[in-house]
Amino acid sequence: MTEPEPTITPYRRHSLAVRIMHWVAAVTLPILIMSGLNIFNANPELHWGQSSYTGARPLLEVRSVQGPGGQVMGVTRIFGHEFDTTGFLGVSDRGDGRMERRAFPAWLTLPGSRWLAMARRWHLTFAWLFGINAICLAGYTLLGPHLRRDLLPTGQDWRSIGATLKDHLLLRRPAGEAARRYNVLQKLAYLGVIFLLFPLAVVNGLGLSPALDALLPGWVDIFGGRQAMRTIHFIITWALVAFTAVHLFQVAVTGFWNNLRSMITGTYRVAAVAAPEPEAEAAPGPEPAAEGTADAEPGTEADHERR
Amino acid sequence: MNEDKGLTRRSLLARAFAGMTALALAGCQKLSETAWFPRILGVGEKVSYRAHRLFLPRKAMAQEFTDADRSPAFRSNGTALPDNPDYQALAEDGFAGYRLAVGGLVERPMSFALDDLRLLPNRTQTTRHDCVEGWSAIARWRGVRLGALLEEVRPKPNARYVVFYCADPMEADGTSPYYESIDMEDAFHPQTILAYEMNGEPLPIANGAPLRLRLERQLGYKMAKYVMRIELVEDFSRIGGGKGGYWEDQGYEWYAGI
Repeated sequence: MTEPEPTITPYRRHSLAVRIMHWVAAVTLPILIMSGLNIFNANPELHWGQSSYTGARPLLEVRSVQGPGGQVMGVTRIFGHEFDTTGFLGVSDRGDGRMERRAFPAWLTLPGSRWLAMARRWHLTFAWLFGINAICLAGYTLLGPHLRRDLLPTGQDWRSIGATLKDHLLLRRPAGEAARRYNVLQKLAYLGVIFLLFPLAVVNGLGLSPALDALLPGWVDIFGGRQAMRTIHFIITWALVAFTAVHLFQVAVTGFWNNLRSMITGTYRVAAVAAPEPEAEAAPGPEPAAEGTADAEPGTEADHERR
Repeated sequence: MNEDKGLTRRSLLARAFAGMTALALAGCQKLSETAWFPRILGVGEKVSYRAHRLFLPRKAMAQEFTDADRSPAFRSNGTALPDNPDYQALAEDGFAGYRLAVGGLVERPMSFALDDLRLLPNRTQTTRHDCVEGWSAIARWRGVRLGALLEEVRPKPNARYVVFYCADPMEADGTSPYYESIDMEDAFHPQTILAYEMNGEPLPIANGAPLRLRLERQLGYKMAKYVMRIELVEDFSRIGGGKGGYWEDQGYEWYAGI
């Protein structure tokens, strides 16, 4: 892999290894989340501690109850507060207009039907791929130049965190040279996923295995016990959903094709605004030039505001 | 003008994304219903089994708890009272007529009354029961060590699995009795017991009286209740649906350590 040259546009943004690991995660994560929700549906409640029968009520539970008029209602109870979630949680459309009692709706689970055995097959096979990939990603990041070159926030980054946050909220995006490197929020998000969310998802998943719990008796107590680990596994899932939602939004609004291409071929194009390079404007590249530049453009006006 | 173009493209993209997602989901459902794809998805179980056998110490012990950790009521899942007249007759008599038959690939087939089993080496353990559905409950169990029982009957060298035949029919018409199977390594694990007591009392009928398996490093469905007969076999492909257990025949993993 060649190191990105500092001046030329387009340039190589993602190494082959990063691209492969990205797409393995992108394919396995939705499968794991959706099969995981199907598994959750078999016992739609979350507890803290070792067991589900401590005398305490669950932190979260999704039920279906008979309403006053005899109709079926979905009820979600979280930290003692009850919500009517009919149509989404507890009771939902099967996809053919008929209502069904189930915690998460058919369109969010894999398989769509209530089928714990099949959901476990998907989950426990793809978990191997996801887990190995997560370990490779963390190892590659730690041992190679990726961490220091691209991901560790610099002193300047930390000082600019307020301004970057404001830019994000106002949907102002950097262009030119500034678009080449990750901003501090991106860096923290990626670091959080690689070193916090992915490892926590894997470890708390492993903790649900009664065999692996015997590896070192009592290790699950570090996380509060097996049922607590099930709860953490669930929370991490939604943290990853939130990350993915923001990630996809950012990919779409900062030049979808340019971003997508950079994650497939490795090449990212920067419209040189801050420091115009003569060849950069002239280089049409293999793709239709209009497509490439239009995608990078939304940042043009934003860029000088930023400085 | 640029904005407009962007918005149209964005909504198009969003629609394309939603469409692709819907297609992928329908595809996954279809794949799940084929005969061949679930077999590929079975790779995870096989890799987990190999990996656990390779990296988990043979005698790695499941966590044990104190009396204070026990669940106020231990949940009865699956059968609570076997719909089987022979079983019910035994139960009415306090299982005085109960005999556990142990046979198959053994040198010395034997049968044991409950009092015989109580004379064999036993173990008491307070452990967590993890159901495949996701819940856990803790209770104190006491029972005969399966390894000690098997030493009485002396397994032949070609015995690879221990099969448990149970009194509870799983179909409403009284057929399809529950059964389970485990490998010899699990059978001789010190925490693998045939429990006749729960929380200091004779095992309740709802929890598998008079005898249930405790296999602490696997999920609850492996821990057969109402065990009537034990058979040592070389392979279980001719028993029941051929997958090694009632739930296995319904698509659940034979190795339930995960």
